[in-house]
Amino acid sequence: MQILKILFKNAFRHKLRTGLTILSITIALLAFGLLRTVINAWYAGVEASSAYRLVTRNAVSIIFPLPLSYRDRIRQVDGVSEVSWGNWFGGIYIDEKNFFANFAVDARTYFDLYREYVIPDNQKEAFFRDRKGFVAGRKLAERFGWKIGDTVVLRGTIYPGSWEFVMRGIYRGREPNADETVFMFHWDYLNESLKKTAPTRADQVGFYMIGIKDPERAVSVASNIDGLFKNSFAETITETEKAFTLGFVAMSDTIITAIELVSFVVIIIILAVVANTVAMSVRERTNEYAVFKTLGFGGWRIAGLILGESIVITMMGCAVGIAATFPAATAFAAAMGAYFPVFKVEPATIWLDIVFSLSVGILAAIIPVYRTLKVKIADGLRMIE
Amino acid sequence: MKGIPFSYSLRNLWTRRLTTILTVSGMALVVFVFTTILMLAQGLQETLVETGSYDNAIIIRKGSGSEVQSWVDRAQAGIIETDPIVATGADGEPLVAKELVVLIGLPKKDTEKVSNVTIRGIQKSSLPLRPQVRLVRGRMPKMGSSEVVVGSSVARRFRGADLGDELRFGTRQWRITGIFDAGNTGFTSEIWGDVEQLMPAFRRPVFSSMILRMNDPSQFDAFKKRVETNPRLTQEVKRETRYYLEQSEMMAKFLRILGISLTLIFSLGAIIGAMITMYAAVANRIGEIGTLRALGFRRRSILLSFLMEALLLGLCGGAVGIFFASFMQLVTVSTVNFQTFSELAFKFSLTVDITVKAFAFAVVMGLAGGVLPALRAAHMNIVEALRTK
Repeated sequence: MQILKILFKNAFRHKLRTGLTILSITIALLAFGLLRTVINAWYAGVEASSAYRLVTRNAVSIIFPLPLSYRDRIRQVDGVSEVSWGNWFGGIYIDEKNFFANFAVDARTYFDLYREYVIPDNQKEAFFRDRKGFVAGRKLAERFGWKIGDTVVLRGTIYPGSWEFVMRGIYRGREPNADETVFMFHWDYLNESLKKTAPTRADQVGFYMIGIKDPERAVSVASNIDGLFKNSFAETITETEKAFTLGFVAMSDTIITAIELVSFVVIIIILAVVANTVAMSVRERTNEYAVFKTLGFGGWRIAGLILGESIVITMMGCAVGIAATFPAATAFAAAMGAYFPVFKVEPATIWLDIVFSLSVGILAAIIPVYRTLKVKIADGLRMIE
Repeated sequence: MKGIPFSYSLRNLWTRRLTTILTVSGMALVVFVFTTILMLAQGLQETLVETGSYDNAIIIRKGSGSEVQSWVDRAQAGIIETDPIVATGADGEPLVAKELVVLIGLPKKDTEKVSNVTIRGIQKSSLPLRPQVRLVRGRMPKMGSSEVVVGSSVARRFRGADLGDELRFGTRQWRITGIFDAGNTGFTSEIWGDVEQLMPAFRRPVFSSMILRMNDPSQFDAFKKRVETNPRLTQEVKRETRYYLEQSEMMAKFLRILGISLTLIFSLGAIIGAMITMYAAVANRIGEIGTLRALGFRRRSILLSFLMEALLLGLCGGAVGIFFASFMQLVTVSTVNFQTFSELAFKFSLTVDITVKAFAFAVVMGLAGGVLPALRAAHMNIVEALRTK
C-alpha cells in the first residue's frame, strides 16, 4: 500500500505533465475502442446469421436472377424444411444519402424463417393482407419518423419508377445483434408490376432463403441443391447464411484491414508520448536516484519505482478511456446508426485496452530504467539540470 | 534588439534528442496516417477519372446510376446511333459502341475468395473509343467467337485468368486470347469479349449502355436535350468523365471523412505530446529565459523563439511522415467499389496538394502544442525567473 502511495505521489509531482499524458492515453484508447467497435459492427451481420439457413444465388454473380420455378425443386430436396425468396430492390428514399437495405420478399415464408424478427401478430396480419404494405425495422422507422399507416415512396434504381408502399408494421430483433434497419415488402407486388411493365423480368428471384432441419447436414444439402441445377443456364451456388454474409464483408476487407492497422498506429503514438513523459521525469530525478543508491536501495528497487510510476500513469489513462468509450459509442451510434445497424462495445475491446495500456506502461519505462541503472552514483550526484 | 537566433531553437532540440525523437515520431505517425488515407482517396478518384474521356458521352437508363443496372434496347440504340453528333472514325465507321456490362464472380489468387469482376461486351468501335487500351500480350478476340481479353490487373490478381486459360460462365467456355493494359484506369480491372456472344450467354436481350465520340463536344448539351426529351428513349446522357467521377464519389468521400476524422483524433494525442515536450523545455530553462530577458530580449522574441522550436518539431514530424508515406506509392490495392460492386485496382497517389496539406497539418500540430508553453515562457517575471535554480 505504502509503495502505491509513493508511486502516485511521484506520478503527480508534475501535475500538468501527468494530466496531459493521461489525457492523451484517454483519447488514444477512445479512438482505439471506437475503431474496434466499427470493425465489429462490420461483422455484425455474420454474427447474427443462423446456422439453420442456407442462401442460394446465381453462380455467375449476385446480379443475375434465378427462375421462380426453382422454388418447387428446392423444396423437394431432403433436409429442406422451408423455402423463401426475395430480391434486392435497391430503392432510394428521397435522396441517395438515405441509404438503407430494402428487399422484396415472400412475406409469409420469410417471417417463418426469420424468427428473430419479432412483430406483433395484428401488424403481421395487416402486412400480409395488404399487397402494397411494408414492414421496417425499429431503428429505420425511428430514423425517418415513419408511423403505421404512413405512405412511403421509393425510387427504383434496378426496377425503374416510383413505388408506393404503406407501412403496416415495425419489427424488433429478438437478440441485440439483429439488424433493425431493413425495409421489406411483398415480392408479389414487385412481380405483378413487372408482369405489366417488363414481362421478361418477371418471375425472377434474386436469392432463395432456405431453412434446413439439421445444421450438421448443411454442406450436403447445399451440394444437393446445386447438383439439381448443374449445367442449366442458371447454375446456383448454395452456402450457409454465414458464408454468404462473410462474402459481402470480405469485399471490403482492404478497408477493414486499413482500419485495423490504423487502430494499432494510435497505440504506437501514445507509446511515444508516454515514453517521453517517463524519460523526462526520470532525467529530472537522476540526482534522487543516485541518493537512493547511496542509501543502499538496490537497482531493481529503483527500476520498480520507475516502472510502477509508468504503469500507474497508463492505467489511470486506461480507466478514464474505458469509462469514456461507452458514452462515446452511444453518441457515435446515434449519429451514424444508419450505416451501422448494430454498434456495441465488445468485452474483447476492453481487454485489449487493458493489455495495450499495460504494455505501453512497460515499454515506455525500458529506456529510462536502463539509463538509470547504468549511471554511476558519483555521476548521478554530480549531474545538474 | 534583434530576435533570438534561430540556431538557439535548433540546438535546444538537439540537446534533448530522446525527447525530440519521441515527440517527432508521434507526429510523424499522425502525418503518415493522414497522408496515406488522402493518397488512397486520391488514387481511387484518379483511376476512375482517367477512365473517362471528355469527348465521349455515355448513355445509360435514367436513374440507374451505373452501367450494371442500366439498359438500352435495340430500337433505342438505333435512334441514338443515328444522331448527328456521332463522330466518324479513321475507317469511316461511326464511333459508337453498344455494350453489355455485367459482373461475374472469380476466385482471387492469394485468398481463394470470390470477388466480382466487371465483364464488358464490346463492339469493334469500342477500341478506338478508348485509346488508353493497349494489348500487352496475345491478340484481341475474334468477333463472333467465344474469346475474351482480360485486363492486366485481373490476370494478375485472379486465378485461372491468364493468357491461354479458359473461363467458364454462361454455360460456355471462354478462351483468353490476350492481356490488355489501360494504364491507371478502371478498364485494367475488366474482362472484354464480343457483345453479341456475351448477350445470349447471359440471356440478356438488351444492351447495358452506349458510348460515343462527339464530333463537336461543345454540342453536348444540345445532344443531351435531344435524347432526354425524346419520348421513345428512357435514357440519360452524361459526359464520360463526369460519369466515372460520380462512380468514385461515394467511396472517395467515405475514405476522406474516415481519414480526416481519424487523424483529427490522433493529432490530439500528438499535440499533447508536443505540449508536454515544450512545457518541459520551458520549465528546464527558466533561468535561461530570465537571463535572456535580463540581456534585453523582449517577451515577443522569447515567444517567437519557443514557437519556432515547436514549429521545427512539427516540420520534422511532417517531413518524416511524408517521407514514409511516399513509399506507399509503390503499393497497389484493390477493393470493391461500393457503388459499382466490382473490384477495382488502384495505387496510392501522392500529389503536391496532399503534400502541402500534410505539411500544413504538421505545422499546425506543432504550433498548437507550442502556443501555451511559449506564452508561459514569455510571461515570466525576470526577477523570479533569475532566482530559480
